[in-house]
Order: sequence, then C-alpha cells, then structure tokens
Amino acid sequence: MLAVQNLEVVYEDVILVLKGVSLAVPDGAVVALLGGNGAGKTTVLRAITGLLDVHRGSVTKGSVTLDGEPIHALDAPAIVAAGIGQVMEGRRIFSEFTVDENLRVGGHRAPRAEIPARLDRIYDLFPVLAERRRSVAGYLSGGEQQMLAIGRAMMAEPRVLLLDEPSLGLAPLVVQRIRDLIVDINRAGTSVLLVEQNANMALSIADHGYILETGKVVMDKPAAELREDEDVREFYLGLRQEGAASFRDVKHYKRRKRWLS
Amino acid sequence: MSVPRAVRRGRPELYSDYAADMALLNTPAKRAWSAAILVAAVALPLLLDRDLLGLATQVVVYALAGIGLNLIAGYAGQLSLGHAFFMGLGAYTAALLGGTGGATVRGYELDLLVWLPLAGVVPALFGWVVAPLAARVKGLYLAILTLGLLFVGEHVFKEASWLTGGSGLGRAPAEAVVLGFDLYEARVLLGREIPAEGVFYLFCLILLVVLGVLARNLARSRTGRAFAAVRDRDIAAEVMGVPLVRTKRLAFTLSSFYAGVAGALLTVLLGYTTPERWNLLLSIDFLAVVLIGGVATVTGPIAGAAFVVLMPRFIETFAGSLPFIAGTVGAPGILNVFQLQRMLFGVMIVVFLVLEPRGLFGIWIRVRNYFRAWPFSY
Repeated sequence: MLAVQNLEVVYEDVILVLKGVSLAVPDGAVVALLGGNGAGKTTVLRAITGLLDVHRGSVTKGSVTLDGEPIHALDAPAIVAAGIGQVMEGRRIFSEFTVDENLRVGGHRAPRAEIPARLDRIYDLFPVLAERRRSVAGYLSGGEQQMLAIGRAMMAEPRVLLLDEPSLGLAPLVVQRIRDLIVDINRAGTSVLLVEQNANMALSIADHGYILETGKVVMDKPAAELREDEDVREFYLGLRQEGAASFRDVKHYKRRKRWLS
Repeated sequence: MSVPRAVRRGRPELYSDYAADMALLNTPAKRAWSAAILVAAVALPLLLDRDLLGLATQVVVYALAGIGLNLIAGYAGQLSLGHAFFMGLGAYTAALLGGTGGATVRGYELDLLVWLPLAGVVPALFGWVVAPLAARVKGLYLAILTLGLLFVGEHVFKEASWLTGGSGLGRAPAEAVVLGFDLYEARVLLGREIPAEGVFYLFCLILLVVLGVLARNLARSRTGRAFAAVRDRDIAAEVMGVPLVRTKRLAFTLSSFYAGVAGALLTVLLGYTTPERWNLLLSIDFLAVVLIGGVATVTGPIAGAAFVVLMPRFIETFAGSLPFIAGTVGAPGILNVFQLQRMLFGVMIVVFLVLEPRGLFGIWIRVRNYFRAWPFSY
C-alpha cells in the first residue's frame, strides 16, 4: 500500500502548496485524486516520485511510505526501483525515439533478459503500439502518445502506477479507450492513483476518491458515494438537479460548498 | 525470428526484430560503403606525400576528439566548452609519462602501451570528479561552467612549467614507441616506403575505427538511450528510473577519455605543444566539427573533422590566385589568408546551423533517402 501521511510541501521555501495531505492507495485499488487547477494534485505526485527538488520544492512535514517503508527521502530512480511508476502530465514522450525505443527507456532498470518479455506484454496490452513499433513517437496521434506514455511507465512493472491527467487534450472516444486500458492494467494487479480534472471518467473506474482543494483534502469517500454527492455532482461532474444555471446561481456556488467551513 | 533468404531478397529494409534493425551494418549498402571507405583510408599512405599524410592524420585525430565531444554534447545534450582542457590534460599526461625529461620538464620515457591508455584515463577520472558539479546546471550555464574549467586549466598549464614547459616555451610530446617499435618512423610496407606520418596515420586510423565502433555501439545500447532520454526530456527520464547525475557523469567521463587520447595523439603529430594551444579556440574547433559533421552521429564528426582540417589548407592553396587576398601576414591585400580562414569558418557554422542543422551527415541522409525511394519521390 502506498500511503501519504500529513504531507506538507513548500516551493522555493515560501509557497506552501500542500497543507497536510493524507491519502492511501491500497494494493489493487484505483484511487482518484480530484481537484481544480492549482489544488496541488500534481505536487502530490511529484512528492511521491521524488521530483520536487527539480521544481525547487521540498517536503517539510509528513511522509510517503510504500508498504511501511518511507520513500520520500529517496531520489527518483530509487523510487522507480521501489515500484512506483508515473505517467506525467502532457505525456512527455521522447519524440525523436521510435515507439520501441521509448519503451526500452521505460525498462531502463529492468534486467536485460526480461526486456523482450516485457515489450511483448506491453504490445499485447496496446495493439496500436505494436503496429507502430518502428514509427518515430513524435508522429503518433495524441491518443497513441498517451498510450505510449502509459506503456513506457508500465515497462518498469510498477506496483503502483500514478497517472497525471491521462485524458488531457484527448477526444471523448479516446478518453474511453484510455479509461478501459487503466481498468485492464488495474485488473492485472497494478494499483492506480489517478489524478484527473475529468471527474466523470475518474470516478467511473475508481474505488475511492479524494478531493483536493488549495492544498487540503476536503473530501474522502468511496467513489460510489462521491458520484452521488450533491456537491461533487455540481462542482466536478457538472450535473444539476434544476434546469439551466443563471449567473446568480453560479454566484451561489461558493456559498454552497459545505466542506469549506 | 529469422526471415528466409528468399523473402529477404531485394528488401534490404525488411527487419523482423529490433536487433536486426539496430545492427551497426544493417543494409548491404552500408556494408559495402564501410568496406570501401575503410580500404581507401588504409590505402592513403601509399598514395599521399608526407605533408598531406600529416594532414590526414590530423583529420583522424580531430575525428576522434569530435566523436568524444559528440558523446557529451550530441548524444547526452550537455554543451561543453571544456573539451580543449581535457585534450590538454591527456596530452600532458602522455608527455609526462612517455616524453623525455630535460632541464625544465620532467619525463619518464615509458612505453606507449602505458601512456596512451593513461592519457585517456586521467582526463576521464578528472571528468568523473567534476561532472557532479556540471550536472547541476544545464544549457548555457553549463557552457559557462565548462568555460571556467577551460580558463582555470589554461592557467594551471601555464604555471606548471615542470609539466608543460611553461607559457610560450612548451615541451616535446611523448615518444610513440610500442615495445621498441617506433610508430613515428618510416617503414617499408608491401615493397613501398611509407613515411613516418603514414605509419602514425595507420595507427591513429586503427584507434579511430576501434573507438568509433565503440561509440556507435554505445549509442544504440541502454546507456545510449539513457543519454538521449536525458537530452530530450530530463525529468521524464528521471521518472523512468534513469539516474540523471550518474548518466551525465558517465557521458562526461567517456567524452573526456576520447578527448585525452586525441590530445595525446595530436601533440605527437605536431611534435611540440605550448600551454596556450589548449584554449577556447580549440574547443570551438571541435564544436564546429560536431555541428558541421552532424550532431549525435559517429560518422558525422569524421566528415566534420575532414572539413575543419582541410578547409584552411584548401583556402591557403587557392587564395593565392585571388587578387585581394594576401598570402602572408603583412603582405598587401585587404585580408590575409588566416583572416579569411577564420571568417569562412564562422560563416560555414552559421550556414550549417540555418540550412542543415543535421550537418554533413544530414545532407548524406537526404541523398541516401532520395536513392532509396528512387524512382519515386518518397
């Protein structure tokens, strides 16, 4: 189980971004982390994968543990070795490499003998990539690039996969496919922490959900309950009982957020 | 998985696995060309005179250093201006171990089998030590940091007169003697006399082929992919488990090794060296070798080295027939040959950056792709 306890993160020694965030990703679960822009979702992921120092941030309080072992003091490669994989926001594939080479970089820490088997597994999971294994990754479509980014992270065979907005900039149909892939990956035994703006998609596959606002977890419930929660439906799923919203109603939103006391 | 010969016939581009695709000589055309170029290169000592052979050797040595710089600047994407310093370090390591001592300088007259490897290893160790510092910065900042290294190095070289002979004086290089066999002495081969430069040329050529194949092989390995991953997307590479500092450090170390070996060979070739030689201009020469030849290639720097070494000679030879160019400094004319060389050099770098960023190698790729698709346009 990946656990984040009371995590506090400060950027540039002055900007307090996370104010005591706790969350847990049990083995085999899909956990969604929702929140608006600037809530600190990506920062949580950075803290887990050891990328804070690149962004001049640091953990000032709290801990990140994987099966009880603290990992927040390790550097990024060691965290990968411990079994955590991350798919970064905006895909960040190596656009001059071929699909095959991208995946091989993903298996950088894997024993050499295992690489062919792992490649085969990824190509089974993503037949689209198998068709284009020799294509230069920069010429892939957005959806294919996202699949490549996920496949690349899976090459390290992580126990926990962190996904940062895998639906970003993709057509609804492609988002469906990515969603199904995440379900497949999870069924094969990898726990998933899914960071999303697309709450609809995230909550449809998650077991549990956390809602983050301005650096705090304001709600923490099983996904089924979140889907039914009136406020979540309004603010994150865009669903309302009444008809069209007028500007006056919008102004009322702030008042009606019960969790911000 | 192998494809039957009958199916492969006429389809040089048909690969059935990654290993075949990534093989060093993966097409018959490549095999044929490599063999032809190698034969031509080996036959050179029989064809050229001493003067041109010296120039050819310089091309080979420059190519070696260029490949080294391309490892760090091209493959790993870390712009280094300190290349001349590492070459100097290699040259002086070699001169100290393999050279003759004198009134002011020390020398231990050891065998080439001792000094040549150490001429690579000492700069490599130094690179290994300074790399973690350099790994903290990237881009222009790294260029400035390595520039600082170059200046510090130049100063130390000037002051350490027991090693370098001191500023403006210089010292003789190491003796290229392997187990009593002098590599810088005229020999008879196939009934023909080959001048000393030719013998040394062949030796350098062997080193170039060996180290070139090693670099090319490295580029397609896990390490090579790690270099390129760090170059293209360093943070994404880190989340893949590619250790940034260790990867950059390895690139620095390897690059310095190549630089050191090339520096040692260059001094042997030139027969003399002063501390001023290992300056910024030399580093820029090698940036030109890489840029003109082709960034992140191994064949590129060889072409780039030929260009950088031969162009000044070319201009020198033909400038005499131009009316406004003075053959020597001080002779009447608007420019002298040396000024013209420098100017054309700068112009060529700009032209290549703008028109063909992949360098001579890029031009070759275009020509190759044209004929590969012929008679169709693509």
